[in-house]
Amino acid sequence: MLYREAGQFKASYEADQQIFPILQDRIGVMLLIGFFALAVPLFADQYWLKAILIPVLIFSLAAIGLNILTGYAGQLSLGSAAFMAVGAFGAYNFMLRIDGMPFLVAILLGGLCAALVGVMFGLPSLRIKGFYLAVATLAAQFFIVWALVKIEWFSNYSSSGVITAQQIEILGFAFEGPQSKYLLTLFVVVMMALAAKNMVRSTTGRSWMAVRDMDVAAEVIGIRLMRTKLTAFAVSSFYCGVAGALYAYTYIGTVEPEGFNLDLSFKILFMIIIGGVGSIMGSFLGAAFIVLLPIALDVFVPMLLGDLVSSSFVSNLQLIVFGGLIVFFLIVEPHGLARLWQIGKEKLRLWPFPH
Amino acid sequence: MQFFFEVLIGGLLSGVLYALVALGFVLIYKASGVFNFAQGAMVFFAALTFVGFLEVLPGWTGMEEGGRAVFWLAFVLSLAAMVVLAIATEKFVLRPLVNQPPITLFMATIGLTFLVEGIAQGIWGANVRGLDLGIADVPIEYMMDNFNILISSFDVFAAAVAAVLVAALALFFQYTRIGRALRAVADDHQAALSIGIPLRHIWVIVWAVAGFVALVAGMIWGARNGVQFALTFTALKALPVLILGGFTSVPGAIVGGLIIGASEKLAEVYVGPFVGGGIESWFPYILALGFLLIRPEGLFGEKHIDRV
Repeated sequence: MLYREAGQFKASYEADQQIFPILQDRIGVMLLIGFFALAVPLFADQYWLKAILIPVLIFSLAAIGLNILTGYAGQLSLGSAAFMAVGAFGAYNFMLRIDGMPFLVAILLGGLCAALVGVMFGLPSLRIKGFYLAVATLAAQFFIVWALVKIEWFSNYSSSGVITAQQIEILGFAFEGPQSKYLLTLFVVVMMALAAKNMVRSTTGRSWMAVRDMDVAAEVIGIRLMRTKLTAFAVSSFYCGVAGALYAYTYIGTVEPEGFNLDLSFKILFMIIIGGVGSIMGSFLGAAFIVLLPIALDVFVPMLLGDLVSSSFVSNLQLIVFGGLIVFFLIVEPHGLARLWQIGKEKLRLWPFPH
Repeated sequence: MQFFFEVLIGGLLSGVLYALVALGFVLIYKASGVFNFAQGAMVFFAALTFVGFLEVLPGWTGMEEGGRAVFWLAFVLSLAAMVVLAIATEKFVLRPLVNQPPITLFMATIGLTFLVEGIAQGIWGANVRGLDLGIADVPIEYMMDNFNILISSFDVFAAAVAAVLVAALALFFQYTRIGRALRAVADDHQAALSIGIPLRHIWVIVWAVAGFVALVAGMIWGARNGVQFALTFTALKALPVLILGGFTSVPGAIVGGLIIGASEKLAEVYVGPFVGGGIESWFPYILALGFLLIRPEGLFGEKHIDRV
């Protein structure tokens, strides 16, 4: 009853092309952002900010990155964690080696490093596709982690490649507590999500989708395959890289290359499968789901089953639930949580008088 | 020179093990067009089930521990477990996903990987277990005496098993009724269906055969390195093998396995020291990647033609 666009006329092209064409959506998004930017830092406790909200935001960004490559451009990647590592180590080195490097510029430069590496590993995608490409991205995964451990310059000659993120300071303000770090992360993620949303609605995004649906046909209608695929790799790795830099600076603090392993790549892949392949919204939903699920299992399983279960049982249960959910979602709702959200909105528009 | 041969032979023999895992991939890919990422997890599951039965069976049945009877009963029971896994996979994963794009099926098998790993460890626990197949891991004296090359008898045994397995599979595919049906399905699903080949049975059979291959591979690997979770990572090495050999070719899996095994060991020994070592972890992938740029369909794969 409240949620419908009756009476909202679009009189200009700008009005017609808005991201949220319905007024109620715009209000809703504003309220949502307002809630997360104002209410949450005031009232949430440290644990929630540090262990749940910040990682959810960071993984959302990484999931957006993978979604651009896999969901929009149709190139399956199993190496997203490695690109996060490049971003983290890139930002670290820029901060370390250039005096007075502004933090935001450093993480963007870290993202650019990741983009460059991404393009390098994207080159084979011009010749190969599908599973073959998935294996090629595995090469990126193993090679990058190895290189970051072995080439000690990257970690400033620390043992086994561990780096400790420097203090974040912007315009003289030091970001120390979880509140300020959370706000910083939120700002970067919201900005980049907005950019991504606009990118996938633009010519670039449309050509990505054309390549995803059938690359030969896309080439026939005049889309330059090489440029399209490589931009997808570059943009995707850029997002993953920035996510990696944030992961190091606002979430973990001390990271090692081995932390960005294949498991993390799979986790990000699971986020987009469960959240929704080819959806920016879905990246957020998927990231929230995948971050919260293990925590929920840790809390609720011992509560329900009591002392019957050991912690190893819970960790195995986690594997089983993850695997089962992936198969379940692929069968029942291949477009993921984002699709469920969509269906909910459609229903809401007709409510309470569905025809 | 003699050191070179030792490294080369060691590499070839570990390549045989990669080939065994790759073989399971190829079987499933040929028959159902599914790129089964879970093959590594199946190897782990099979090996863990086998070791688990070896441990519990003497208690259950009162049979002599470490005896021949226990060994074969555990083998048969593990095989049965793999068949059950095959049936369940077909029923709950493959059948609902018929006609989905291959990449969806691929992602489903990634989910299956986690599922199988979780179930395996949930049942048998996550401890590292040793496995003794009763084959001595000692250098063959004849080779030591005459050529001064160190070759373990266990490795030779593994190679022999792989050879027998490949030969048996080749015969099975070529001369049995089911084998013919499998090849027909691999060639064209619809045509096979239309002449009355039951696709579902074929899928169950082929997953069960892949399970059998996984069991053999898991037993040999388990005996060499212990039955542990790392088995699933080493199984990832089968992917570059496939790329090199082509997804659809059984001989390709063998040749690819040998090339990958030999080259990664040679690279580790001769190139590794210059770049800090440990290149075994990524070298096969880069090698496969470089190879793909020259021949995207692999050594023996079928050439892919794109049509709009």
